[in-house]
Amino acid sequence: MPEALLEVRALDAHYGDFQALFGVSLKVEAGQVVAVIGANGAGKTTLLQSIAGLMGARHDAIVFEGAPIGEEPSHAVVARGVALVPEGRRLFPSLTVEENLLIGGQLARPGPWNLQRVYGLFPVLLERRKQPSPSLSGGQQQMVAIGRALMSNPKLLLCDEISLGLAPIIVRDIYERLPSIVAEGLSLIIVEQDIAQALRAADYVYCLQEGRVRLEGKSASLTREAIAAAYFAV
Amino acid sequence: MHWVNIILQGALTGGLYALFAAGLSLIFGVMRLVNIAHGDLIVVAAYVALMVTSALAINPLMSIIIVIPIMAAIGYALQRLLLNRTLGNDLLPPLLVTFGLSVIIQNGLLELFTADSRKLQAGSVEVDSIAIGPGLAVGTLPLIQFVVAIAVIAALQAIFYRTALGRAFRATSDDRAVAQLMGLDNRHVYALAMALCMAVVAIAGVLLAVRANFDPSIGPARLIFGFEAVIIGGLGSMWGTLAGGIILGIAQAIGAEINPGWQLLAGHLAFLLIVAIRPEGLFPKVQG
Amino acid sequence: MAVVRVEHASPSSRIGTGLLLAIVVALAFAPLWGGREDLRLLSEIYSYVALASLWNLLAGYAGLVSVGQQAYVGIGAYALFALTMFAGVPPLVAIPIAGLVATVISVPVATLLFRLRGHYFAIATWVIAEVFRLLSAQISALGGGSGTSLPATIVISIASNRAVREWLTYWVSLALAVAIVGAIFVLLRSRYGLALTAIRDNELAARSNGVDATRTKLVIYVLTACGTAMVGALIFLQKLRISPDTAFSVNDWTAFVIFITVIGGVGRIEGPLIGTIVFFILRQLLADYGSVYLLMLGVIAIAAMLKAPKGLWGLVADRFGWQMLPLERRVAVPGDVKQSPQPKTP
Repeated sequence: MPEALLEVRALDAHYGDFQALFGVSLKVEAGQVVAVIGANGAGKTTLLQSIAGLMGARHDAIVFEGAPIGEEPSHAVVARGVALVPEGRRLFPSLTVEENLLIGGQLARPGPWNLQRVYGLFPVLLERRKQPSPSLSGGQQQMVAIGRALMSNPKLLLCDEISLGLAPIIVRDIYERLPSIVAEGLSLIIVEQDIAQALRAADYVYCLQEGRVRLEGKSASLTREAIAAAYFAV
Repeated sequence: MHWVNIILQGALTGGLYALFAAGLSLIFGVMRLVNIAHGDLIVVAAYVALMVTSALAINPLMSIIIVIPIMAAIGYALQRLLLNRTLGNDLLPPLLVTFGLSVIIQNGLLELFTADSRKLQAGSVEVDSIAIGPGLAVGTLPLIQFVVAIAVIAALQAIFYRTALGRAFRATSDDRAVAQLMGLDNRHVYALAMALCMAVVAIAGVLLAVRANFDPSIGPARLIFGFEAVIIGGLGSMWGTLAGGIILGIAQAIGAEINPGWQLLAGHLAFLLIVAIRPEGLFPKVQG
Repeated sequence: MAVVRVEHASPSSRIGTGLLLAIVVALAFAPLWGGREDLRLLSEIYSYVALASLWNLLAGYAGLVSVGQQAYVGIGAYALFALTMFAGVPPLVAIPIAGLVATVISVPVATLLFRLRGHYFAIATWVIAEVFRLLSAQISALGGGSGTSLPATIVISIASNRAVREWLTYWVSLALAVAIVGAIFVLLRSRYGLALTAIRDNELAARSNGVDATRTKLVIYVLTACGTAMVGALIFLQKLRISPDTAFSVNDWTAFVIFITVIGGVGRIEGPLIGTIVFFILRQLLADYGSVYLLMLGVIAIAAMLKAPKGLWGLVADRFGWQMLPLERRVAVPGDVKQSPQPKTP
């Protein structure tokens, strides 16, 4: 059985005295798209931030390509090939579109993704590349955020609520490009509030509720009832 | 004509003030840090230049080449070992730590070099002047200093807006958590910014040492001039800082001409006037 | 409907207040058990307790970090000299009038300063102090740049007997410090104090709850200026000599004061008390070392800020939940089980 690309083992997370995650475990195989769904406050963003190294975790709580990275700071985690598209885009407002992309490639990791490739994936960005990033629409900003993460040539891409605040048609547009990203050899974890979209895009789904995994399984095999039950802990 | 000369002298002095200010502006822009010891570090650079010139018997202006890397290394270490630990949302820790640093530097210099006034000799360039029109002459040294100030500011602008390092500075300043996600180690980025700042401080220190007498206690006044230039010019704008320095220099020159004891006062009053009328400065950039 | 009360006192505050009162009484009798040098040293300690408490009120509570309070020390001192030398005002009476002068001056100054925030506000306060220093050097009637001494006739007018004179100024010094710390205590206990804590913690939230942050900060700034000026007037009355550089010295009236407050604990009323004691102990220990003494102070200040940002009192108080003066606020509903006081920042 080949080693999973990413393994999260009994991960806990705290904000001061408040515990956000309780022993969360999950696995991502190479080339897989995994979705993490759950209500607001379930701990989805905390999970991604922990994986990305922003939160600090137990040494072996997060294992990437067989190496424990739980305690590594985020700039070291990126260097290993894990990139996060943060919730709310969080582009750098002082930078233009192109500069945002360029800084994503700061580490100059080897791989197929470069400025040209990203513009190929999101052509609208090419026209707007010299504009300050705050001047773009929400959907375009989301594209920049994804492109920026891709520029680090990650092996694992973490997408935190990329549909947030976007019109459904834009969301569909963005999700339609995900398969080509995966085809390049990337694995994905997508955190989504839009359950239908998550199930369509992912091979495997985890449902979080109040910091714990309530349900997991292949997206095709999960029933609506099971998901609703796990989502709301009815 | 006499007044035009005065204003011209003031403007050229303003270039030196802009040099004092450029480093302040850079550091505040990148990490919202106010370094109370900034002026004292300029004096440190002057003393380093003193040691280098006496050890190597070279022209002080040449010593800049050696003083720059020394000060840059000091800046990197200072930020990495001490100042990084004060960064955060609270105003007090960096203010107080750098205040303490200022006291340490002043008294350290006092112990090492005594309170004697020093000056570096740069040769005839100090007294030469260039005629630039009927009845108008500017000192060669002040002119050199002004040109250097412009060059430094242009270089800083270029670094900030055209290089990967500058991108790293701007990104870290915007959002340091996400900057980390780009693979940028904040501690290193801040330390590089301080190293760059100290490189500018090195130049400012050498020019100061050649221009006027210096002793361990003159740091705070340079800090104030630098700050006044930054605030007059406006936040976030390097060229604004240059303008601020020039305005300050001119105000001081006019004040000094009316009454020698009014030189500093005139500068402070010009500063306060601008704070009263336009607290955001004359040429602020939108990003605060 | 049960009546809800806000309680302030705690076991530690009862002990603390008692202790402080006992110490003040003992100090009031100092002329009986202390010599001239002791009285002088004690007066200096009281001055720093007062100055540090005022700076703490401004920076630690109102969030207005000023590195220019020396402006008011100088204004108070120069006002006293001018009033006694040119207007024939009795020296001890001149002290509160000097405070009034500073109050009046501080209002337009504050209006100007409040246009800046944070770091820029701090630097601007320094510039203001420099302006006053430079202006005072222009007053030739008071000695211009080199300053002047207080004429003997004015000194004698306090009391013809030197011992009585020294006791009087000593008691005024003690009374002023007690009055200032007492006034700060009363202020912090009042609605203003609650507003200050709210502003300090989150100004936006405070404003949206109806706290007039700007006016509160203005009031604090003006009151602090008044207190600082009175202390300054008294200090220089005792020094008998004034000059722009000493009256407006950044080191003496700001650097040391900030040091004291940081070591003791910013944002707590007990901080300046503890800090002043530590400062003077250090001064006694290191006095022989000249400028190395100042260097050591700088090192200690930095170490304190990094290792113990809440100061010595902060460390102790948070660990044990103590307070010297009853300032914390606890809601008490009759019928509730009495709980031991939670460690809280007052």
